[in-house]
Amino acid sequence: MRRVMVGIKRVVDFNVRVRVRPDNTGVITDGVKMSINPFDEIALEEALRIKERGLADEVLVVSVGPTDAQQQLRTALAMGADRAILVQNDGSAAPLTVARVFRKLIDRESPFLVMLGKQAIDDDNGQTAQMLAALWDRPQAVACSKLTLADGKATATREVDAGLETNEIELPAVVSVDLRLNEPRYVKLPDIMKAKKKPLDTVALGDLGVEVTGGFKTVRVEPPPQRQKGIMVKDVGELVAALKKKGLV
Amino acid sequence: MSTVLVVAEHLGGKLNPSTAKCVTCAATVSGAAIDVVVFAADGAAVAQEAAALSGVRTVLRVDNPANAEPIAAVLAPQIAKLAANYTHIFGPSTTFGKDLMPRVAGLLGVNQVSDVMAVEGPHRFKRPIYAGNAILTIDAPADAKVVATVRVASFEAAAAGGSASVEPVALDVPLPGHTLFIDRSAAKPGRPDLQSARRVVSGGRALGSGENFKIIYSLADRLGAAVGASRAAVDAGYVPNDMQVGQTGKIIAPELYVAIGISGAIQHMTGIKDARTIVAINKDSEAPIFEIADFGLVGDLFTIVPELEKQLGA
Repeated sequence: MRRVMVGIKRVVDFNVRVRVRPDNTGVITDGVKMSINPFDEIALEEALRIKERGLADEVLVVSVGPTDAQQQLRTALAMGADRAILVQNDGSAAPLTVARVFRKLIDRESPFLVMLGKQAIDDDNGQTAQMLAALWDRPQAVACSKLTLADGKATATREVDAGLETNEIELPAVVSVDLRLNEPRYVKLPDIMKAKKKPLDTVALGDLGVEVTGGFKTVRVEPPPQRQKGIMVKDVGELVAALKKKGLV
Repeated sequence: MSTVLVVAEHLGGKLNPSTAKCVTCAATVSGAAIDVVVFAADGAAVAQEAAALSGVRTVLRVDNPANAEPIAAVLAPQIAKLAANYTHIFGPSTTFGKDLMPRVAGLLGVNQVSDVMAVEGPHRFKRPIYAGNAILTIDAPADAKVVATVRVASFEAAAAGGSASVEPVALDVPLPGHTLFIDRSAAKPGRPDLQSARRVVSGGRALGSGENFKIIYSLADRLGAAVGASRAAVDAGYVPNDMQVGQTGKIIAPELYVAIGISGAIQHMTGIKDARTIVAINKDSEAPIFEIADFGLVGDLFTIVPELEKQLGA
């Protein structure tokens, strides 16, 4: 079975205006819309296209998160994933822990490709894919904007500060994806019904036998310094004068 | 006492300015000794540049044909080996460091501190989360190594004037051959790169079509600016999605940002709030973008933008 494993993280929807809790212990997540991390959705879309091109037999989605992350896994199944595993964990799992979970599941599932978002839009860590590749001792292609598979290898292009960089990696490998790679499909209603019948297994993080290294201790969460509202100018002449005065043009 | 190893970023025999910024960040770890490591096929010129940075104690030069290109899977085990002598390992939060440093952290069995904005103690750091909508202060464990990427926009470059010694280092580490560098193409010629440009002009849905975006390009060229777009303009198909500025696109911090026909959805504002000066041009005086703009101008963009270009040329 040629299997692609895809990581799915449940995060605050990207359209939500995130607010810091008054007690500075975190951000407000009660009653806030939750979604699949947008970069993970792109990873899943790419995995589905790989399967549709006949280069894979199964797309397995995995989430490390609370029971409610089943919602995001069901959405992933409705998009077209074949099977889901929820590694249940009520706290917030640090990237190293998530990487160890995936490393453990790789032994069970033997994927030839593990696809993840380049970062989650909540913690913005951007670590899990690279850590997993290190633990697995396999190649990584990070923040891919283009990916082709052939002859047991992948050719991956990413945006770097100097332009575009392309590497060829041997499979199996870990690939993380960037925004440009594709546009994820919309889920149709019949697919949501079908997804209810697809297998979704739950395993407790504690039962996996994974070493859990404590994450960092949160000291404080604060809102960023606010921008001040500026001035309204009445015409182009006034705008140009203002910009010239600040030495901006 | 803290000892910080800074991993140098370089290209074409030149040190990237991100390295000097990492050195500045490292110097805020109180009393730290700072070494810089240069991985290259021939790192002579880059090592000399690094040795001239103020505050650097020693530059380690690891020459190896395998280090000709910055392949994370090749560099990470070498850094992990060197890490034995250090309490902190810093790299820049650029595409180079974002690729490499978490792999180092994985090999060392620690979590990484991503995007350090400020050092508050040897193990206490500030970093942005939720695309900068919240600032997190964390304590990393005092008994473990600190692997961190440094948010380069938060630190000035270390001054020249140092005279560190350069030491060649041979590392006996097995290196993988599973990753092959193919090529690196320069950014599109002519217009500056959106991510690093000092000036950016962006268009929104109010442009109405891809064809109409030509007035945005024209103004950008007058300003020597990069061109961006709102998600709405990308979703409408006016421009490709690599031009998207916002939380799920590019998060940018130019000196001048000009938002044209962009109402200011949350996800867009998140991507521009570190810009030094924001100019907004919109026909709707109630548009949220005006709440964060330094200069706002209400009116028809199809009249204002050509006029602005004309007056800037005068």
